[in-house]
Amino acid sequence: MAEKWSKHKFNLKLVNPANKRKYTIIVVGTGLAGSSAAASLAELGYNVKAFCYQDSPRRAHSIAAQGGINAAKNYQNDGDSVYRLFYDTVKGGDYRSREANVHRLAEVSVNIIDQCVAQGVPFAREYGGLLDNRSFGGAQVSRTFYARGQTGQQLLLGAYSALNRQIHKGTVKMYNRHEMLDLVTIDGHARGIITRDMVTGAIESHEGHAVLLCTGGYGNVFFLSTNAMGCNVTAAWRAHKRGAFFANPCYTQIHPTCIPVTGDHQSKLTLMSESLRNDGRVWVPKTVELSQKLRKGEIKIADIKEEDRDYYLERKYPSFGNLVPRDVASRNAKEVVDEGRGVGASGVAVFLDFEDAIKRLGEDAVRAKYGNLFDMYYQITDENPYKQPMRIYPAVHYTMGGVWVDYNLMTTVPGLYALGECNFSDHGANRLGASALMQGLADGYFVIPYTVGDYLAGLGFAPVDKNHPSFEKTRKEVEERVQRLLSLKGTKTVDDIHKKLGHIMWEYCGMARNEAGLIKAKGLIRELRQEFWDDVTVLGENEEMNQSLEKAGRVADFLELGELMVDDALNRRESCGGHFREESQTEEGEAKRDDENFSYVSAWEYQGTDQPEVLHKEPLEFEYVKLTQRSYK
Amino acid sequence: MNLTLKVWRQKNNNTRGKFVTYQANGISPDMSFLEMLDVVNEELVRKGDDPIHFDHDCREGICGMCSLYINGRPHGPKQLTTTCQLHMRSFHDGQTIVIEPWRASAFPVIKDLAVDRTAFDRIQQAGGYVNINTGGVPDANGIPIPKVVADEAFESATCIGCGACVAACKNSSAMLFVSAKISQYALLPQGQTERYSRAQAMVDQMDAEGFGSCTNTGACEAECPVGIKLTNIARMNREYLTAKLFKEEEVH
Repeated sequence: MAEKWSKHKFNLKLVNPANKRKYTIIVVGTGLAGSSAAASLAELGYNVKAFCYQDSPRRAHSIAAQGGINAAKNYQNDGDSVYRLFYDTVKGGDYRSREANVHRLAEVSVNIIDQCVAQGVPFAREYGGLLDNRSFGGAQVSRTFYARGQTGQQLLLGAYSALNRQIHKGTVKMYNRHEMLDLVTIDGHARGIITRDMVTGAIESHEGHAVLLCTGGYGNVFFLSTNAMGCNVTAAWRAHKRGAFFANPCYTQIHPTCIPVTGDHQSKLTLMSESLRNDGRVWVPKTVELSQKLRKGEIKIADIKEEDRDYYLERKYPSFGNLVPRDVASRNAKEVVDEGRGVGASGVAVFLDFEDAIKRLGEDAVRAKYGNLFDMYYQITDENPYKQPMRIYPAVHYTMGGVWVDYNLMTTVPGLYALGECNFSDHGANRLGASALMQGLADGYFVIPYTVGDYLAGLGFAPVDKNHPSFEKTRKEVEERVQRLLSLKGTKTVDDIHKKLGHIMWEYCGMARNEAGLIKAKGLIRELRQEFWDDVTVLGENEEMNQSLEKAGRVADFLELGELMVDDALNRRESCGGHFREESQTEEGEAKRDDENFSYVSAWEYQGTDQPEVLHKEPLEFEYVKLTQRSYK
Repeated sequence: MNLTLKVWRQKNNNTRGKFVTYQANGISPDMSFLEMLDVVNEELVRKGDDPIHFDHDCREGICGMCSLYINGRPHGPKQLTTTCQLHMRSFHDGQTIVIEPWRASAFPVIKDLAVDRTAFDRIQQAGGYVNINTGGVPDANGIPIPKVVADEAFESATCIGCGACVAACKNSSAMLFVSAKISQYALLPQGQTERYSRAQAMVDQMDAEGFGSCTNTGACEAECPVGIKLTNIARMNREYLTAKLFKEEEVH
């Protein structure tokens, strides 16, 4: 397997340098995957058109990633290797990812760090001038590179700088404030997209020899998530409806360390990097009684004696302690809250306490490590985390599922690719910390530049026929849909419906799922979808900036995706990673996989409006990693 | 809390705008400023009125998309805070809040409170990068950088590109924004090979976009939500002058 990627690269067809300029590649989304792909492909000589819905490519939500990026550099001499990163990632994903994809990811991880440093990304350094690392999210080696709590920002600005260089050269044509609303296929091949100019409302056709979806995840189906407000599934969902299979939609990651919800007005949730778990200790009061007194304000946190505090992660998982993977940490937080031992006014939170770290290291050292995160927490909650423990609770953060892709990152629609969080391929049923940035950049810098050539080399040089009836037909369909949305003049706002959808998904398809709940959710989602088309109101007109219309289109797609997520969760009658089926747990309440029956990727094929989707199973074969029940005890 | 809002409404760049007064009632001090606007917008939509348009995305203070000139200050009354991280506990019951878009001719209004900041992108495109391709770069630890230098470059690199510096400046100068990127590369070894051509190219583009000059009032630094320092402007001036006097190279 160690040679698979090298051999595969050698066998991929190449496009002659002089011929590359005859091809146009469309890149949708400008996060880490999109920016790095657009820049790298343009450097090779392809014509690139890049699209983002924000006012600048630099705003993509990769920018908000805090903790870091993994790479198997073994700079710390602590026993790391490509194989260990590969092994950890397959295990962390609860054995539901493809071995070969993950190995490739681990292999190219080392190149990513080199690339970013050469671009001028200011990673944290030691006094000797070399790069610093930290241990992160359940890893027992220090392989995470970071730039204070703003690693995503610095990496994205690096990729943005590479993209800017190509825009300046004229090899990338950038379209800001453009939203992809459909995929155009000709004879089954992806040949372009339909976009809406979010300033003028113009519905435009763009042709290309290949289309790359780098549009992120679908966490906003839950309404409340750590995603940006604009993150949406529309591009991926439209592609799905044009023939791209959607894989493992039920795999969502609920991140353990977020700031808890305070009220109905809440528009989004804020993540606190899990690097905080390196020094913070998670606890709740030992008894329900103490917890209730604390919530009512009858006692203060300081009144709770050491022996009355339950450091439940350290207690249950002595070897990993507070650093257990995200799915385990989240489920345990839910468990203690469900027992009635939660903290904060709502009782839906646990403590993340830095008292010991401050005693051990001093406040200044803690500030140097986590200063910006502490400031952010203080700003949002008005509580000083240097003086009292943070309150945290899990929140939807990342979606491991996504558009199905092969080893070349090509979807089931020839010429259509999916990169980064948008695809499903590398994280299995649970993503490890500091692996999302790694995957986005691996796909964009070091995978797609090789694999897209293999497809293009077989195409011939003819430009895409702009006048093909498919363009006109698809554009008309998009226009009709926009008009249909604008004609909705009911009594509910789009947010009313979106919030309801979020509640359904969180309640029945969130941290724990069971058959009865999922069946109920399916019915509720269908009713809600009907309510949307019957009773929602969308204001304004198309020919202007219209945020009502933008939201409505996105929520309409979430209402369809939600049902598929429920179908997928119903089908997978096992627990794995972020997908916890209550029917499938060990005696100790840990997730129990069923490798005999469910060691496959679920790839769903769209069949038409309100038709049940068809499930295709891609078996997962493990040649190198031995499947075990994950244990972090 | 009950508040009175005076909000700038403008259909598009070709029509005249005006202030419109709204009441925001039952606002919780735990809401963020944008969540307060969400509440107002939900009410407007229920009444069939066009909601107030404003730019926002991550709502974590890092993407730089939110803007808003609040009671005469970019990102509102709190230091080192973006609008999305500003909470209503910074205001008091009964207060009148005036909300305007960024005001600068280089940032034309698109609608209501949303402005066009693509001028910033074009300045970055002129030279805000190291001219290297993907692949073929040295090992990351092959470029040792003293920690103090790396830390200082990081401070400059944290600019979120929101445009508050321009909005705060009486001259609508973009020098804090431009100097942050020039500084980051001027400090780092990776930026040395194109140090002087970069300074020229970015400053020239900044001028071409119609941003004003710097008169050292320091308003930009005072209002910057991420604390970019005025020393960056001093460094940029040194880079630019050195380039013009001693190192003028053809700008590519």
